[in-house]
Amino acid sequence: MKSKPLDFLATGVAILLLWQGLCWLVGPDVISSPGDTLARAAMLVVTRAFWGHAEATLSAFALASLISIVGGVTIGLCLGLSRFAAEVADPILSTLYSIPKITLYPLILLAFGLGLSAKVAFGAIHGIFPVTIFTMNAIRNVAPVYHRTALMMRLPWYSRAARIMAPAALPEMLAGVRIGISLTLLGTLIGELFASTSGIGFALMRAMDIHAVVDILALTVLLFGFAIAVNAAFWLVERWVRHGS
Amino acid sequence: MKGRRPSLSRAAAARLVLILSFFVLLELLCRAGVIDRVTMIPPSEMVVALAHIIVSGEFNQDIVFTTANIAAAAALATVAGFFLGAALHAVPRVRRTVVPLLSAYYAVPTFVFYPLLLVAFGVGRTALIVMGALFGTVAMIVNTVLGLDHVPPAVARTGQMMRIDPLRQLLLVRLPSAAPHLVTGIKLAVSYSVIGIVAGEFILATAGLGKRIAFAYNNFDNKSMYGLLLLLLIGVMIVNGAMSAWERRLHRRFGQQ
Repeated sequence: MKSKPLDFLATGVAILLLWQGLCWLVGPDVISSPGDTLARAAMLVVTRAFWGHAEATLSAFALASLISIVGGVTIGLCLGLSRFAAEVADPILSTLYSIPKITLYPLILLAFGLGLSAKVAFGAIHGIFPVTIFTMNAIRNVAPVYHRTALMMRLPWYSRAARIMAPAALPEMLAGVRIGISLTLLGTLIGELFASTSGIGFALMRAMDIHAVVDILALTVLLFGFAIAVNAAFWLVERWVRHGS
Repeated sequence: MKGRRPSLSRAAAARLVLILSFFVLLELLCRAGVIDRVTMIPPSEMVVALAHIIVSGEFNQDIVFTTANIAAAAALATVAGFFLGAALHAVPRVRRTVVPLLSAYYAVPTFVFYPLLLVAFGVGRTALIVMGALFGTVAMIVNTVLGLDHVPPAVARTGQMMRIDPLRQLLLVRLPSAAPHLVTGIKLAVSYSVIGIVAGEFILATAGLGKRIAFAYNNFDNKSMYGLLLLLLIGVMIVNGAMSAWERRLHRRFGQQ
C-alpha cells in the first residue's frame, strides 16, 4: 500500500512520456507537447476570461446536477417502491438511458434556444436516467428479510425509511449519482459546445474554430482534472457510506 | 424473491398504453399549437417524413456512410479495447492507478479532439472512424478488465495446465468465460461510437446522417430533420435491443459463477 503514491506518479510520468512521443510523431499541428499545453493551462487559469467561462459552466453543471439527482431519486424511489411500476418503467428507462442524447441537440435547441436553459436541459437528460435506474434497482434489491424484520418490529414508516431502507439502498444509489454526475458534466459540456455563448464548452468550440491546438488540449486537460476530482470525491463518499459511519 | 409477481403481459400492456398515450398527447399538443411547428412537428408527420426518406432513397448514401463508419469504429474499439483491457488486467499495479482515471473519461466530451484528427487524417471517413473508436475503446477496456476478473480461478488454471501460449489461453479459455461482460463492453462501445461519429458529423463532415440533420436544422427544414432523427433513434434502439438480448442470454448461461 505504501507504493500507491509512487504508482500514481509513475503512471503520470508514463502518460506524459506517451503524450510527448505522440507529439513528436505527428507534429505540433495535431498535438501540442505536454510542456506547452500545461504551460498554457497554467496561463489560462489566472485569466479573468477563463473564470468567467468556468463560472458559467459550473453554474449550469450545478443546476443540471440538482435536477438529475432530485428528479432521479424522487422518480426512482416512487418506481422502486411498487413492483408493478418498476416492471413497467424498467425497459422504457433503459432505452432512454441508452439512446445517444447528442442526436437530440436540434430538438433541445429549438425548445430552449441558446443559453443557460439549453445547457441545463442537456446536462439533465444525460444524468437523470442513470440516477433513476440505480435508485429504483437499489430499492428493489433491498433484501425482503429487512422489510419483514422492520414490520415485525412494528417500526413506524419513517424509522423504517431512515433506519432500514436508507442504509440498505444508499451505496447503490450513490453509485448511480456518481455515474449520473459524470454524464451530467458531459451533457452540460456538449450543450455548451453546440448551444451556447459562454462556458468552457463554448471556449472549446471557439478554439476548435480557429484551430488553436494548444488551447483545445489545455482546456481538455483542465476538464479532465475537474472530472477526476469530482469522481474521486464521490468515490470517497461512497466508500465512507459502505464501510464507515 | 418474495411473492406475487404481476404477470409480465400486464406490465407490457401497461407499458404500451403509457407509450401510446405519450405520443397521442404529444400529437395533440402539436396539433393544438401549444408546441409550435418551428419547435416540433407532430409525431404523425415525423413518421410520414421518415417514410418519405425511406421510399425516396434521398439519404441512402448518408445512411450507408454513417452505418459503415459506426460499424468500423465499433469493431476497432472492441478489438483495441479487449487487448488493452487484457494487458491492463495482467499488470495489477498499473491497473490500480489507470482504472480510476478511466472512470472520468466519459465525463469529458472527447470529441473536442475531432479537429486535431481532421488535421491528422483530413476530412473524410478516417477521422470520423478514429473519433468513434476513441470514444468507444475505454468502455470496452473497463468491461474487459471486469470480465477477466470474473473468470473463475479454476478456468484460468485449466488454461495454464493446457500449456498453450498466453495469447491462446486468453482467446480460447478466458475470453469465452468472460463473455457476458465483454458483450456489455461491445454494447457500450457501439453506443459511444455512435455518439463520437454523430458528433463528428455534426461538427464537420462531407456526408452522413449527422451532417444531414445539422444541415436540415440550419435550413429550418423540420420535416427532414425530424424524419432523420427518428430514423437514427429507431436504428440505435434496434441495435441496442438486439445487443441487450444477447447480453441477457449470455448472463443467463454464465450467470451462476
